[in-house]
Amino acid sequence: MQSSAFMTRKELIGFLILAALIFIVFPVALDNFRLNLFGKYLTYAFVAVGLALCWGAGGILSLGQGVFFGLGGYCMAMFLKLEASTPENTAIQSTPGIPDFMDWNQLKELPWWWEPFYSLPIALAAVVAVPVIFAFIIGVAMFTRRVGGVYFAIITQAFAAIMTILIIGQQGYTGGVNGITDLRTLMGWDIRTDEAKTILYFVNGALLFVVLLVAQYVRKSKLGRLLIAMRDQEDRVRFSGYNVANFKIFIFCLGAAFAGIGGAMFTLQVGFMSPTLVGIVPSIEMVIFCAVGGRLSILGAVYGALLVNWAKTSLSESFPELWLLGLGALFIAVVMFFPNGLAGVWSEKIEPRLLALFNQKKPSRPTPDGAPAE
Amino acid sequence: MFADYSMSELGAIFAMQGFAGLILFSVFVLMALGLAIIFGQMGVINMAHGEFMILGAYVTYLTSNLFADHLPFLFGTYFFVAMIFAFLISGALGLLVEWSLIRHLYKRPLDTLLATWGLSLILQQTYRSIFGAREVGVSIPDWMMGSLPLTDLIEVPINGIFVMVLAVSISLAVYVMMFRSRWGKQVRAINQNRVMAGAVGINTEWTDRLTFGIGCGVAGVAGSAFTMIGSTGPTAGQLYIVDTFLVVVFGGAGSLLGTIASAFSISQAQSIMEFFLSGSMAKVLTLLVVVGILMIRPQGLFSLKLRK
Repeated sequence: MQSSAFMTRKELIGFLILAALIFIVFPVALDNFRLNLFGKYLTYAFVAVGLALCWGAGGILSLGQGVFFGLGGYCMAMFLKLEASTPENTAIQSTPGIPDFMDWNQLKELPWWWEPFYSLPIALAAVVAVPVIFAFIIGVAMFTRRVGGVYFAIITQAFAAIMTILIIGQQGYTGGVNGITDLRTLMGWDIRTDEAKTILYFVNGALLFVVLLVAQYVRKSKLGRLLIAMRDQEDRVRFSGYNVANFKIFIFCLGAAFAGIGGAMFTLQVGFMSPTLVGIVPSIEMVIFCAVGGRLSILGAVYGALLVNWAKTSLSESFPELWLLGLGALFIAVVMFFPNGLAGVWSEKIEPRLLALFNQKKPSRPTPDGAPAE
Repeated sequence: MFADYSMSELGAIFAMQGFAGLILFSVFVLMALGLAIIFGQMGVINMAHGEFMILGAYVTYLTSNLFADHLPFLFGTYFFVAMIFAFLISGALGLLVEWSLIRHLYKRPLDTLLATWGLSLILQQTYRSIFGAREVGVSIPDWMMGSLPLTDLIEVPINGIFVMVLAVSISLAVYVMMFRSRWGKQVRAINQNRVMAGAVGINTEWTDRLTFGIGCGVAGVAGSAFTMIGSTGPTAGQLYIVDTFLVVVFGGAGSLLGTIASAFSISQAQSIMEFFLSGSMAKVLTLLVVVGILMIRPQGLFSLKLRK
């Protein structure tokens, strides 16, 4: 197959293996609790895939992806919270019919910007639209002025800080440091049961594959090639007559949309949304998911998110002190020794050996191209 | 909102609020100076900068305990010894970090950012294992306690004045180092043209290492000064990092004067707004204004013309 095609055979096999893992192996091998945990990890994979496009292909490192994850998650949570706060459920409040945290903060009526979230279609549209609009504003302001690299990273990090302070400070409108909790039903369907969680896991997996296919399409399109050209030689692309800023804005918005969808799925599966998922620390952890998987590889990003989070859960359950040391060492090791992450290790170390082994056993088969001569 | 206050009370409030802003200004200047050296002159993003400050604070804490136990008659002066220790120890760690980590990543600034973030996590956990998760405070010598009554209504705390004096003297020291010493001349030469600086015989590698070390040392002194006005915890460094970077970027990287001017404007804006709004909203507004201005003027307040 030509490399300009949508997917090479090798990539197709990679997609199929990941699909088998997510849709068959995990549901069979894990109990309900663990499956829900893995579903949560996969919501971070949405962000990591977006980062693989922005950072790996485009060279734009955003340290504010948590903001978009949070915006998507909060849009979903606002709808669910309004549905849970019917006048009957909240009859003991001094103002029935508004979310409980508003009542605790002496609010008498719903703020106007909460009103649209009574409608599911608007809420679902907002999950994507709000992060994208926000990313568009940041992108237009920064990229048309040719701000990039570390400056962009620092300013997006400042946005993550601003967002957290804002959410925590305005607790009457946002639920404050606890976030929006006690979410119950989606259009009357109880999302807290085991059965619902399993269904949501599969919905999440399917959405992740949609996102992966979109990402794959972008990578293989002319846009994807231009992104890589821009990362390596921005001026040459500009001199060739392309508007560099527009491509960067587009890819940044796409990454934000992915993160927003991930955030909404997080809210649905975990049952709350809080500022602890928005701030500086989670945003930079999302970058490390992508870096561990291999910043150039969209499938690697998924594995990175799964592995790092799985390690985090298992290590911080048994050795909470070790986890931070391990995470710190991981940051350094990935940057210093494995700049292409797991995907790099796979394609440089493991794959050639596998192919060599494969060829020894069946010498009659023709050598697949890409195998190094030994 | 001013109707309830008399003129003299109002004047006193503004004076006190202005003084609080000046203390915040000193804190920002102290935080940002080390970073202005490292980021401004070398272009290295050191996300562990806050942890170097905390190291200085812990060194001060240890020194104060040492003096209280063994040299109680000299307790009033321990702070000056502690500052020297803080500079030396943070600086030494900086040299080590440059040698083992940073020098391999000069060509990849975004990767430096991630690696130093990893370093900051490791340092945080190390502090937590050694000193415990709880915040520690130092005992302040008697002469630094209390406050100085200027008028009947206006009082200024002595430790605040002390921090301000420190900020001014450290800024002067950094200025002298940058613009009057041989090292400063070499750093500026490398910043302008690395290849030519090497060609005329400057040891660029060693200068880079020394610059990073001195920047970290200044951070340590800043941390040492912070113990006078607050307590120290293992994660305190992370709280400062966004503010510090914004101060340096807003001032215009590479300009020492810009850093000081931006620290002044950000701190005054924040402390004046804090009087009218809640603390968190004042912070949000200040940061938004700074980020907004940076979007319009990415090079910051004062920019150096450099050939890239």
